[in-house]
Amino acid sequence: MALLQISEPGLSTAPHQHRLAVGIDLGTTNSLVATVRNGIAVVLNDEHGRAMLPSVVRYLIDGVVVGEVAQLSQSDDPINTIVSVKRFMGRGLADVGDTSRLPYRFVESLPSEASGQGGMLQLRTVAGVKSPVEISAEILKVLRVRAEAALGGDLVGAVITVPAYFDDAQRQATKDAAKLAGINVLRLLNEPTAAAIAYGLDNAAEGVYAVYDLGGGTFDISILRLSRGVFEVLSANGDSALGGDDFDQRIHCWLLEQNGLSALRPQDTRLLLTLARTAKEQLTDHDQARITAVLSTGEIVDNVLTQDEFHSLSHNLIQRTLQIMRRALRDAKMGIEEVKGVVMVGGATRMPQVQYAVGDFFSQPPLTNLDPDKVVALGAAMQANLLAGNRGSDDWLLLDVIPLSLGLETMGGLVEKIIPRNSTIPTARAQEFTTYKDGQTAMSVHVVQGERELVSDCRSLARFELRGIPPMVAGAARIRVTFQVDADGLLNVAAREMASGVEAAIVVKPSYGLSDAEITRMLQDSTQHAQDDMQARALREQQVEANQLLEAVEHALKLDGELLEQGQREQIEMRMIALRDTLQQSDHHLVKRALTALNESTVSFAQSRMDKSVKQVLAGKNISELEVK
Amino acid sequence: MKQAFDISQDYFQLFGLTASFELDVSRLESAFRALQAQVHPDKSAHLPDVEQRLAMQRSTLVNEAYQTLRSSIRRARYILSLHGVDTGEESNTSMPMDFLMEQMEKRETVAEALQSRDLDALEQLESHMKKETRELEAQLAVKIDIEQDYTHAAGLVRKLRFMEKLAEEIHSAFDEIDN
Repeated sequence: MALLQISEPGLSTAPHQHRLAVGIDLGTTNSLVATVRNGIAVVLNDEHGRAMLPSVVRYLIDGVVVGEVAQLSQSDDPINTIVSVKRFMGRGLADVGDTSRLPYRFVESLPSEASGQGGMLQLRTVAGVKSPVEISAEILKVLRVRAEAALGGDLVGAVITVPAYFDDAQRQATKDAAKLAGINVLRLLNEPTAAAIAYGLDNAAEGVYAVYDLGGGTFDISILRLSRGVFEVLSANGDSALGGDDFDQRIHCWLLEQNGLSALRPQDTRLLLTLARTAKEQLTDHDQARITAVLSTGEIVDNVLTQDEFHSLSHNLIQRTLQIMRRALRDAKMGIEEVKGVVMVGGATRMPQVQYAVGDFFSQPPLTNLDPDKVVALGAAMQANLLAGNRGSDDWLLLDVIPLSLGLETMGGLVEKIIPRNSTIPTARAQEFTTYKDGQTAMSVHVVQGERELVSDCRSLARFELRGIPPMVAGAARIRVTFQVDADGLLNVAAREMASGVEAAIVVKPSYGLSDAEITRMLQDSTQHAQDDMQARALREQQVEANQLLEAVEHALKLDGELLEQGQREQIEMRMIALRDTLQQSDHHLVKRALTALNESTVSFAQSRMDKSVKQVLAGKNISELEVK
Repeated sequence: MKQAFDISQDYFQLFGLTASFELDVSRLESAFRALQAQVHPDKSAHLPDVEQRLAMQRSTLVNEAYQTLRSSIRRARYILSLHGVDTGEESNTSMPMDFLMEQMEKRETVAEALQSRDLDALEQLESHMKKETRELEAQLAVKIDIEQDYTHAAGLVRKLRFMEKLAEEIHSAFDEIDN
């Protein structure tokens, strides 16, 4: 059905209604959902008027609670009350470091036989073993229900934000969580980019901007150039394990030291961490904070933390963010003086020492006129509105980058970079491989992500088995593997043996992700989506899509039918009839099959129409006249 | 993926530019943005999978073309390839001796600066390297655009490759000192 829109770029000919789409900020500490209403991005509140949903999930024997209610029990039931689950997304146990500081019962999932490495960690709760993906899905479900209630209908989809520095496994885990929550992901959007969109569109900003995003558990920095409706990310850098939580940890450690404590029980650890966080927040506008607690052992904690002391406790953390900032500027080939403004994002940027350090670094006060808690969700909502096809007059374009280099393992455990960091996405790179033994029919490729030279210092993403290579003498086979990074920053792989044209089968074994089978199992386990519900929904969706496609093809045939050969046209018309037939029945599989068939038969038609339209757009125009629509 | 566009178009034609080494970067940038505004996957996210895949392929190609033309060494390499000249950076290692010696010395200086965490020395090296790169680029413009002497241009590209390597090393030395 793209056929229509292609001939008139930016315009949809179908008299379309507003499609319900939201932006979701799935944060370490708090999560939000926002949408665009009457052209203005707004955060959707819950029934009590609260915008922020604490990202806390508590498992009970017979259910699960999310948000404020769960947060209240985090000290009483720390083992089953999961906070900051985002830090575990796409991570193995070894990545978490010192687990004794955390009050959970971790389960290392068995090394997958394929990758030979441990998978994503899991947590044992009273309701069974849960993966971070399932836990995050609980948060997303609450936001989806909130949005559907507020907007009065099913969502077309959502843009979900992720830290710019999230690697492939962390992104994939986020997407899987959304899938599990019954959300169609329109795009994964980098958090600082979302903030830049919200800031840039609101202020009609032009020039080079830096976004300093210090969230609960992640730190991101992005350098962007804003120019006539184009948001071009020049570089992204960060630390996906540095955030406000670490400031709490510093206070927590200080408390242990001051009181000569060690090896606390889980509920005491949680209690002190909660008090540390309160003290941190108090120090934003007070000179000192008093921390008092009675531990389960009867020990009493009573300390006063001054702002000066807190500053020196957290000095190294802030210095680390500035180092990352310098690297981002270097990657963007920008000097400090070329940065026109610094947008502050994330609740942790409220800390005065952070604002002071950033202001000092750039010799200009950071921009704090946006609500640092909401700006990411608002930007995501704007992007969701655009992606859903609700075009306004203020059309704009976002060009984002991949934050970490992708590489392949070569001889001796070394990494050969195939896609360098800060490449604008989507991007692709083809690489040719050959066999080293006569008659070899399979080979294995190991993909890693990171900047280091040794495979062991990078993050393992996946291993691919190339099978079905036709037997030839050593070195004769030429297997071309294409690594494609899509607009979500996710990697896809395809392979072909060039001499014979055989497509080599690829078995992807994600090192930290979940397999499709695991996702399917979780989906089946999920009680909220009973099987019948899903089928009814699927049927409705397929019917809507079928009708749209039929309408679009009909229109396209009328306009550009002459681009088709007789045989092509007949095939398209036959398939249109077949699709109409399935609409009388109630089997969504049948509709889907007929829909796919029609779609496939229109591919080359769509191509010729797009070529025609691109030619029309470019024809007879000086390139400098071509403004971004 | 290239068959999606008119296959006879080279990267310059794609952006409506004349094929030359001297390049108006701001024209390239605005043409790039105008094209991405047409083909970027965000413009077809609400359309069926087929359209989204097509958009991804076209957008990928536009990105690749842009990156190629924006970098001086990649642009030179690309122009030479259009004229059937291989720069032979892997195979042709016959560089002038004094040039090689000079490059080795520079590498050593980077290593020393890294060891002693000497930011000033690195910055000095960097500005030197940039100056030499600009000189090589000026020579390339003459060889390619004016004299059409692609064989000698290939030699300059090989020298430029050394500059690029050196730039990478300086860059990662800065990063390492920051860590």
